[in-house]
Amino acid sequence: MYMRSVQFLMLTGLFIHCAVINAQSPGLGTPIDEIDIAAWNIDVLPDGTGLPSGEGNAVQGKIIYEQKCIVCHGLNGQGGISPALAGGEPLSNGIDTAKTIGNFWPYATTIFDYTRRAMPWFAPRTLTDNEVYSLTAYLLALNNIIDQEDIMDATSLPAVEMPNRDGFIIRFPERTP
Amino acid sequence: MSKHSSIDSFRDLRPAAANGLYDRRAFLKGGTAFATAIGGYTLSETLNAQSLVDDPWSASAGTPTGPYEARSRFENSVVRTMTNPNGEPRSQQSRTPHHMLDGTFTPNGLHFVISRSGPPDIDPDQHRLAIHGLVKQPLIFTLDSLMRYPMVSRMAFVECGGNSAPMWSPEPLDANVQALHGLVSSAEWSGVMLSTLLEEAGIEPSAKWLIAEGSDSLALHRSVPLSKALDDAMIAMYQNGERLMPGNGYPMRLLLPGWEGNMNVKWLRRIELVDQPAMSIYEARTYAPILPGGKAYQFYFLQEVKSFITHPSPGLLLSDHGFYEISGIAYSANGRISKVMVSADGGESWAEAELQAPVLPKAFTRFRIPWQWDGGPAVLQSRAWDEAGYVQPTRSEIVAARGEASRVPNVNGFPSQHYNGPTSWQVNQTGEVKHVYA
Ligand code: HEC
Repeated sequence: MYMRSVQFLMLTGLFIHCAVINAQSPGLGTPIDEIDIAAWNIDVLPDGTGLPSGEGNAVQGKIIYEQKCIVCHGLNGQGGISPALAGGEPLSNGIDTAKTIGNFWPYATTIFDYTRRAMPWFAPRTLTDNEVYSLTAYLLALNNIIDQEDIMDATSLPAVEMPNRDGFIIRFPERTP
Repeated sequence: MSKHSSIDSFRDLRPAAANGLYDRRAFLKGGTAFATAIGGYTLSETLNAQSLVDDPWSASAGTPTGPYEARSRFENSVVRTMTNPNGEPRSQQSRTPHHMLDGTFTPNGLHFVISRSGPPDIDPDQHRLAIHGLVKQPLIFTLDSLMRYPMVSRMAFVECGGNSAPMWSPEPLDANVQALHGLVSSAEWSGVMLSTLLEEAGIEPSAKWLIAEGSDSLALHRSVPLSKALDDAMIAMYQNGERLMPGNGYPMRLLLPGWEGNMNVKWLRRIELVDQPAMSIYEARTYAPILPGGKAYQFYFLQEVKSFITHPSPGLLLSDHGFYEISGIAYSANGRISKVMVSADGGESWAEAELQAPVLPKAFTRFRIPWQWDGGPAVLQSRAWDEAGYVQPTRSEIVAARGEASRVPNVNGFPSQHYNGPTSWQVNQTGEVKHVYA
């Protein structure tokens, strides 16, 4: 995609542009439009920025989970050769308590982001946005955070209140903006 | 009879601490008589002196020199340990054998690697780095274009947030320095300062963080405060003079000197300026250590001051009584190491070690101190200070603040992260070295 844009920019002579942005810099970066970065630009922020359109619920998610995820993560997300996606002991049990979506993850958006970018392991970024919403809903429902029928979309997902949302202390507050 | 040195040699030296520790400058100050006694430990037996004869390898011409030097075949046992050699669907860890190395940088083939899903096989001509988000003009860079920018070189350690994790065990694990601390290495990195590229793109005032993302199958991403990006962050393309190793991010990685290894995103393909952290899985979940009581630290960016002794250490047999040099590694995200103290009696008495020059910020510093082993039991320990005034906590201090694992973990496990307490090696009467708590 970027090649197309580079060619376009070369044709229109916009290439000169980068040299004037900063005289201190060699200016060898090639301008590109955000639209041409879209395939890579898949991060979802906690406030929902980056969430695509689409939707899904846990009932739909369970069907996809049992096709694409169960082999590694086990029945009902109980864990298998890969980490458990549901359940979890209280964190006060010890510093080595196994972390799960239910007992640890502070933001529901992280589930969507990670599932979309990294899962299923052998075919990352092959799920449709509706599938990712459905799987996210399923994982939240498995952890009793939402109901089976609750629809997850770009508005409802960032509003989900995760149980451990307030469980954190910033280690180096002076090193964060 | 002692072969390497004799106790007589130490007659005129004053001990600096109990159990055989001598003044760190003993040899530098004209103790040339023993200079040849200083050397690395090996795993082979020491030999008795005998009449010398011409060796077989001296009798004929040697082998042709190849295009890329391979080390001596006698060094083939100096290797990283691997947790997932077949690349099963889980992370892979390769640990640096610090007890087999000396100096302050790690050879490229032995630099530690943690890879979540295996290094991608990147064609450098096809690789692109995009900088976008809250910038005036989104830009993409080829490797070729980056090579034309002003380059800088610097030494920097990279340490996994989970390095030293077996030290959270309630009982000392029977493990060597590679197993305990092998997820830290140090190298000279060369590349382009990230600030140069960000300024070229033009930073919007609302930008506070950047998201760095790799082109590995998991598209691993981490959020980095913009202040760090503009301070000393680098797009590194060379490691110890040659292009990055695949496991270390070929053809380019983000280098954040002193900061948690996972944030030094490898196979870097995208930097997006944003107004808030992404809360990626690695900052929201994985590298957020649980504290006693159940809260957890978030944004544990810094790899705080730490040191450990590499010589002697488990696996290196002390074949005889007499002289040994104790040496090890110290480093801190807060700048230069200012002091390392060494104890040979489990922390009862301490002597200051010599710091190998140059002492560079956020890089390995090698410390050394002469030691006369009398054959009795000894517990060796080191403690480091950095120029910002931080000191490595004692074990009881760090355990009081951060807790201990509730059960003895697997040595490759990660019961928690960011352990920077001391490591103790017990030398027993037969010269074997063992990990203990002291
Ligand atoms: C081939 C095995 C495999 C398959 C199939 C798979 N995963 Fe995973 N998954 C993993 C591994 C391994 C990890 C841990 C990765 C790591 O630690 O870096 C993981 C981690 C996760 C996590 C983060 C869990 C945590 O707490 O760290 C989520 C969420 C997840 N997977 C969801 C899914 C979903 C949804 C699917 C189906 C679409 C799926 N996975 C299919 C192997 C798999």
